[in-house]
Amino acid sequence: MADIDNEQVIQVLKTILKRLVQLVPILFVVITLTFVLTRMIPGNPAAILLGPQASPADIARMQEELGLNKPMLEQYVNYLTGISQGDFGKSISYNRPVLSLILERLPATLQITLTSMVLAVFIGVPIGVFSAVKQYSAFDYIFMILALVGVSMPIFWLGLMLVLVFSVKLGWFAVLGMGSLQNGFWDVVQHMVLPVVCLTTIPTATFARITRSSMLEVVNKESIKALRARGIRESLVIWKHALKNALPPLITVIGMQLASAFSGAILTETIFSWPGMGMLIYSAVFNRDYALIQGAVLFIAIIFVFVNLIVDLIYLVINPRVNYEGGGTP
Amino acid sequence: MNDQILQVNNLKTYFFTASGTAKAVDGVSFTMNRGQIMGIVGESGSGKSVTASSLIRLLPKTGSIVDGEVIFDGHDMRRIANRELLKLRGSEISMIFQDPMTSLDPVFKIGDQMIELIRTHKNLSQQEAYRTAVEMLHLVGIPEPESRMNAYPHELSGGMCQRVIIAMAISCQPKFIIADEPTTALDVTVQAQILGLLKKLRDEMGVSILMITHNLGIVWEMCDTVMVMYGGTTVEYTEMAQLYANPLHPYTWGLLDSMPRLSAPPVEELKAIPGTPPDLRLTGGCCAFYNRCPYMREICAKEVPPLVEVEPGHLVACHRQNGDKTLVRGEVNQDD
Ligand SMILES: Nc1ncnc2c1ncn2[C@@H]1O[C@H](COP(=O)(O)OP(=O)(O)OP(=O)(O)O)[C@@H](O)[C@H]1O
Ligand code: SF4
Ligand SMILES: [Mg+2]
Repeated sequence: MADIDNEQVIQVLKTILKRLVQLVPILFVVITLTFVLTRMIPGNPAAILLGPQASPADIARMQEELGLNKPMLEQYVNYLTGISQGDFGKSISYNRPVLSLILERLPATLQITLTSMVLAVFIGVPIGVFSAVKQYSAFDYIFMILALVGVSMPIFWLGLMLVLVFSVKLGWFAVLGMGSLQNGFWDVVQHMVLPVVCLTTIPTATFARITRSSMLEVVNKESIKALRARGIRESLVIWKHALKNALPPLITVIGMQLASAFSGAILTETIFSWPGMGMLIYSAVFNRDYALIQGAVLFIAIIFVFVNLIVDLIYLVINPRVNYEGGGTP
Repeated sequence: MNDQILQVNNLKTYFFTASGTAKAVDGVSFTMNRGQIMGIVGESGSGKSVTASSLIRLLPKTGSIVDGEVIFDGHDMRRIANRELLKLRGSEISMIFQDPMTSLDPVFKIGDQMIELIRTHKNLSQQEAYRTAVEMLHLVGIPEPESRMNAYPHELSGGMCQRVIIAMAISCQPKFIIADEPTTALDVTVQAQILGLLKKLRDEMGVSILMITHNLGIVWEMCDTVMVMYGGTTVEYTEMAQLYANPLHPYTWGLLDSMPRLSAPPVEELKAIPGTPPDLRLTGGCCAFYNRCPYMREICAKEVPPLVEVEPGHLVACHRQNGDKTLVRGEVNQDD
């Protein structure tokens, strides 16, 4: 917007600063928790790494090499020191730095999660708006029942059903891997369809429901009646004014869904062998690859915080009253 | 040019709800001339707002005009196409609502809302519309109109907001303004300013104003004609001077008694009309006021009193007011 005033800029900076300050304790807790929890997973990383034939002596040497026989506290302090210097440690199963592994896998995860979110917004929001405008119509009933089914479906069940029906029975879509642009654009799309559908269903249903209820509250407001009294076209009344008024709860829910899409991606990627962060975490847990588990979880926590920051910033822009009240001016 | 701008004949607007049909407006007729200010007074729930909204068909889904005729400046408002109706709303007919804070969109800037309105009705560029908007804000007495254009509604006081709304209402040179309790939500001093502004619009631009209020004081100050409503019907309708000099309906008397007067000795108590307004699902078949009327007679519970012209230009709906002046204010059922 052309005329964002100083006060608004200050608000934005304040919000960013607030979130960054929050980031420190959040990360500390996440690091500590994952550190403790990963070490509670039964099984010895050195033994798993060396395979069933390894002798106890080999395993002991390996443990020494990996630094796993040092006291827990020392390992923890070392890890914290490393993180503070931007060193996420080294993955024992890939024998590579954790950070580079994560950065390599992240795009694949973003590809399906962001596609799903965008689709969910563009499908769910209009359905919610139409349902609200045509409250109690056949359209409203049908889509709200579908949405109810959508939000209550477990993601792994949905994923397995999609595989069973569209891939095994009908053979329409590939299920393994992410395809490659060398085989043409269609190959990529074809591989994306099922995981994206899987990740899109719940958010679409959620967005449709929240949009509908928020719109229903808004359309009965005096300000909407006043717009109609001014002869503003109904399409503008609904899609410009009412929708913008109805946005705040929707933005919150989009943020929440985006964050949970990353955790949903772990299941989805495993079902569809999609080589993203989810698969990475899955294999890390499987291999007791402590550094990798910790790094990946930490990374997701950082993403959570940033999604929240973005939600806060969008709030500031779309809803002037948040700005006003947050500023503490009378 | 025809002097008459609005003609309403036997308007009936009902609400169809799960608990029954509410006859919110049940056979209301009146006419207004160009440049005239007409008042509609009555207690809460008497159907004033619904009457006003019906004129431009601005009704919720549950409500509909079931009978009657609304002719505005040659347009048959009940039959006119939606597209034509939208053209009239906001340009020829503007509406001002009770609460200025809630009748602007809270998430858009004042200027954007004004420009949107102006460009909806007039073929102007963004810059021209901007200039018109600033000019209108200036006209209604808003200081620093340019900087107000960038404000959100919550950044203005109630009085300022109502000025903005009036600026919007006149920005497309309307012929007719419906003002539904435009000052009820405002401080007394601001009230006077807003009323003065509306009166100025009539005097200088010749706009007709339908002024809805439950404050008879405002009617005395502003209006040329007055309609008193009760339970969705007209109980008294006449010129302001006539009503002032010779109010005839028992309900009007009740309203007058419940109105504070500067001339009254301070010890005199205000008498609120006892009882509550009728359930609009049950009206009809009797005088709607009979259960609260001190002058009530047997016939009042049995027949709807017709609206009759008891003296030239003075219409009253009361079984006991037929022009022969048998019923006198204050002499409660003296011959019982
Ligand atoms: N949306 C609605 N649904 C059902 N009934 C309604 C609705 N709006 C109004 N009514 C009915 O119409 C009656 C008259 O309402 P209206 O708003 O015209 O009263 P009013 O005279 O403007 O009162 P007030 O002084 O409180 O504004 C109400 O008492 C109610 O029974
Ligand atoms: S008709 Fe009867 S009840 Fe109604 S106002 Fe007249 S006297 Fe009162
Ligand atoms: Mg009202």
